[in-house]
Amino acid sequence: MKLLNKAKFLLEITRSQGIARRYFVVNGFDGALTMLGLILGFNFSASTPLPIIINACLGAAIALGVSGISSAYVSELAERRRELLKLEEAMLKDLQASAHSQAARWVPIIIAVVNGSAPLLISLVILSPLLITNAGIVLPIPPLYLAVILALIIVFLLGVFLGRISGVSWLRSGLQTLLVAITTSILIYFFTGN
Amino acid sequence: MIAVKKVVLDVLKPHHPNALEFCLALSAAIENSTVKVNVIAVDEKTESLEVFVKAEIIDFDLIQGVINQMGGALHSIDAVVVRNEPDA
Repeated sequence: MKLLNKAKFLLEITRSQGIARRYFVVNGFDGALTMLGLILGFNFSASTPLPIIINACLGAAIALGVSGISSAYVSELAERRRELLKLEEAMLKDLQASAHSQAARWVPIIIAVVNGSAPLLISLVILSPLLITNAGIVLPIPPLYLAVILALIIVFLLGVFLGRISGVSWLRSGLQTLLVAITTSILIYFFTGN
Repeated sequence: MIAVKKVVLDVLKPHHPNALEFCLALSAAIENSTVKVNVIAVDEKTESLEVFVKAEIIDFDLIQGVINQMGGALHSIDAVVVRNEPDA
């Protein structure tokens, strides 16, 4: 709890909550659409063994996670260091002992974790029907279809989340992101479907 | 025992944490204290504060530590009240 409060405080003094939220949605959306694309690609292709589909999707999910962590860390670290330098110039003081210096070290890590974990966790949720079926549990709906449904639900929920943040209609915002996912699905069908 | 009872400080600090967060952090560090903060001037990245601290015993190093931790800089001590009390 103390660690959470500290993270909240550091995000607050650097006004980075919005950035973390944006990264979560942007990369979460990336994760969901990537999984949707992969699963639809497998759906439209000749029958592929489930372990191969899982490995391909897990590989993409891990790559998205690592890419999210590293890219956000590098860019945020540079941004926070620049902000700290500018603040030190304005204060005419070395701020190494301050919470601002701590924030310059920790906020990039927090944002990198958010940025990397969003696509990874969302991908794992979407892949869960495949993992469950692979573990020997029989689902009432074919796992690939269930994964597509889960991906569409998550994309819709991300839209709802955005709608609630911006104060516009959550339904409209959810339907907008859902429309993006459906358009993506149609494009995939045209290019890969038989 | 000589005890500092009240100080008035001129402090420069970044916009964040804001005056309320700054005031709360100072108050949390000093027991039975009353802390008042007036924002005197606001610049592009900084603001100047007039900070009043009143307590039974003020540990000045503690105040300075909190100001540094919040990214502030103590510019001057503008007023002090010190009391010499007989030891209990």
